[in-house]
Amino acid sequence: MKVLCGIGGSDDSFRALDRTVERAAVANDDLTVAVVDNDDSAVTPAGVMERAREAIDDAGIDADVRRVEGDPGSRLVEIAEREEFEKIVLGGGHTSPMGKITLGPIAEFVLLNAKTSVTLVR
Amino acid sequence: MSDRRYPETVADGFPVPPTEFTDREDRTVEIRPYEGTEGAYESLVAMYDAFDPADRAQGIPPGGEKRIREWLDAILEDDCYNVIAWCGDEVAGHATLVPDGDAYELAIFVHQEYQRAGIGTHLIRGLLGYGQAEGARKVWLTVERWNRAAVSLYKKIGFETSNAESFELEMGLRLNEEEGEEGEEDAT
Repeated sequence: MKVLCGIGGSDDSFRALDRTVERAAVANDDLTVAVVDNDDSAVTPAGVMERAREAIDDAGIDADVRRVEGDPGSRLVEIAEREEFEKIVLGGGHTSPMGKITLGPIAEFVLLNAKTSVTLVR
Repeated sequence: MSDRRYPETVADGFPVPPTEFTDREDRTVEIRPYEGTEGAYESLVAMYDAFDPADRAQGIPPGGEKRIREWLDAILEDDCYNVIAWCGDEVAGHATLVPDGDAYELAIFVHQEYQRAGIGTHLIRGLLGYGQAEGARKVWLTVERWNRAAVSLYKKIGFETSNAESFELEMGLRLNEEEGEEGEEDAT
């Protein structure tokens, strides 16, 4: 399957990355990791890209890592449509001190606007 | 997040538990801070174990006894404020304030058997009274925007919407003055 995994450097995005890479190794997915802007992230985009390449190397798969600038949600949806991806994978949300799950603005936008299936990784 | 917004003015005083009242079904309900006894803990587990999953909010309460215990262990820590609505030795509802930086996150759950009887209003007022008396300054919560009963309860209590841009509404309440503000008045 042609999979687009969008990550910005949050904890849940790295969890999504690891699980998507793991899955790609088993399912032989054609994976692209898109490193998007995230002002709240403690990790720089370069750091996020490095982290993605490491995960891909560790899994021994071949996958594309790409820096995607601009509004993350709309860029992901646009890339998925233009390049005919079949699925978008994102982090499954941030957990509050109470334990409540909150979806970030990227997930909200992609869920409502994507034409492909969307997977949120918990 | 540290950029949460809160009302300018401090909320009125809330009743400090323990308090007792008769609900709309004629049941005697007592609001008390969580005592930390094994009996209270197990009663709380039982309430959440029997909780209708349809009333879950953003993933809590979790399902299954093991996850319920893990979740409760985290929110019953000493730096949290927990208040229980008791009907006899049964837990009718539970409300909690969990520290988040200089504020507290609030959540409240009333068991299905005890809903629509006025218990939620007493319970949240009791929790806020407890937190206020203990010196908590700011409280925030999130609520699904379709949950009109909850949103109107929070508004009635004095919560103001601080962020309406996501799936969930975020609301805030100021329980006590910021440190120093009272002192400045006294000095004049």
